[in-house]
Amino acid sequence: MSFVRRVVAIARKDLLAEWRDRESFSAMFFFAFLVLFLFNFALGGDQTLIRGASSGLLWLAFTFTSVLGLARSVQGELENDCLDGLLLYPAEREAIYLGKLLVNFTVILVVELVIFPLFAVLYNMDLWSRLPKLLLIAVPGTIGFAAAGTLLSAMTAGLRARDAMLPFLLFPLTIPLILSAVKGTEVVLRGDPFELAMPWLKLMAAFDTVILVASLLTFEYLVEE
Amino acid sequence: MIGRGVERALGILAVIGLVAGLYTGFLYAPRDAVQGEVQRIMYLHVPLILVSYLAFFVVFVTSILYLARRWERHDAIAHSSAEIGVLFTALAIAAGSIWGRPTWGTWWTWDARLTTTTILLLIFIGYLMLRALVDDPSRGATFSAVLGIIGFLDVPIIHMSVVWWRTLHQPASVLRPGPSTVAPDMQVALYTNLAAFVLLYGYFLVKRVRLEEARWELSRLRMEGAA
Repeated sequence: MSFVRRVVAIARKDLLAEWRDRESFSAMFFFAFLVLFLFNFALGGDQTLIRGASSGLLWLAFTFTSVLGLARSVQGELENDCLDGLLLYPAEREAIYLGKLLVNFTVILVVELVIFPLFAVLYNMDLWSRLPKLLLIAVPGTIGFAAAGTLLSAMTAGLRARDAMLPFLLFPLTIPLILSAVKGTEVVLRGDPFELAMPWLKLMAAFDTVILVASLLTFEYLVEE
Repeated sequence: MIGRGVERALGILAVIGLVAGLYTGFLYAPRDAVQGEVQRIMYLHVPLILVSYLAFFVVFVTSILYLARRWERHDAIAHSSAEIGVLFTALAIAAGSIWGRPTWGTWWTWDARLTTTTILLLIFIGYLMLRALVDDPSRGATFSAVLGIIGFLDVPIIHMSVVWWRTLHQPASVLRPGPSTVAPDMQVALYTNLAAFVLLYGYFLVKRVRLEEARWELSRLRMEGAA
């Protein structure tokens, strides 16, 4: 089996497990929806204020939400010694990492895709026509976030204070990514020329490259027994 | 690793350096024409932050070495250096904040370098917390090594992102190409203090690594006692 097929096999296993109980997705979706809903009260129901801050609010909801799914991705393997079984699978450690990353990326992106229209409806914004451009920002942002999150969740899984530790490690590391995604989304939502988002896209690309290369090089050390 | 003699010499030199630093900083260096006496905080602030960058660089290098060779002492150095780095960074931010109040008119501002440094501090506080939480020492060492490497690699990207976002800091006056912008007498005070803090860092590091070695020795003796 080729490397790519091994990655897909691992991703398929996790996606299937996710599809059967939809535990991550439903937790993430409801959490993100609640956060968006609460913003209305946090900002005193001022619609112009909310629309002005919408890119920041959206990404705040996405980052908080993603942690829920990321934490489960390796934690789930610890039950019934699944991790040992996974490590016995004749694949490179990099394939395991990429498989997990693919699943985390997919789940977070699906949540984002559901949340965008909901946000548009709740706060009366036109997002539909801008969805392709929004995706150009959201995809590199989500790749980097999922890549860092997958690596870190391999460290925090099984720890006593894992629920607090994952965001504590993940958020400071991903600040450049969150910042770029917020700025890029702001450009799109304001309807400014897309060239203005280019520096932020480049920054996200740089972050994604560094974190992916570093993760691929170091992941094997994290899961070895 | 390092003999007691070297350790003592480092300690004595650090004390001499700090006394010389106090003298040059308070008495030798002239009063700043614009900022007045408060500018003297620079002789504390700049060495602290430069030495903490050095400390985190040491974490980065020893983390790579640990993953490559699995030598416990590399991990002990990384751990010790991270602790000193966190301490020095926090002090540098505090000193900068005290300096910023009279000169910038605010304790805190979302300036690029200040923000980057604070994020760096958060990353390495996370590093120390992770280390404290992992029970198995060799797993803890591996996790921290990976985090130390990624945290350090992330710094230039974090810095770029916040520079594009906003900046207010005076341009770097020591670590920059071209002639220094600091007056010669002030440079003397600055470099004296910088040397003193590098020595202090070296002394702390040696002491801290020795403490870790004593801990290994203790657990080895306990194991022997139990057997």
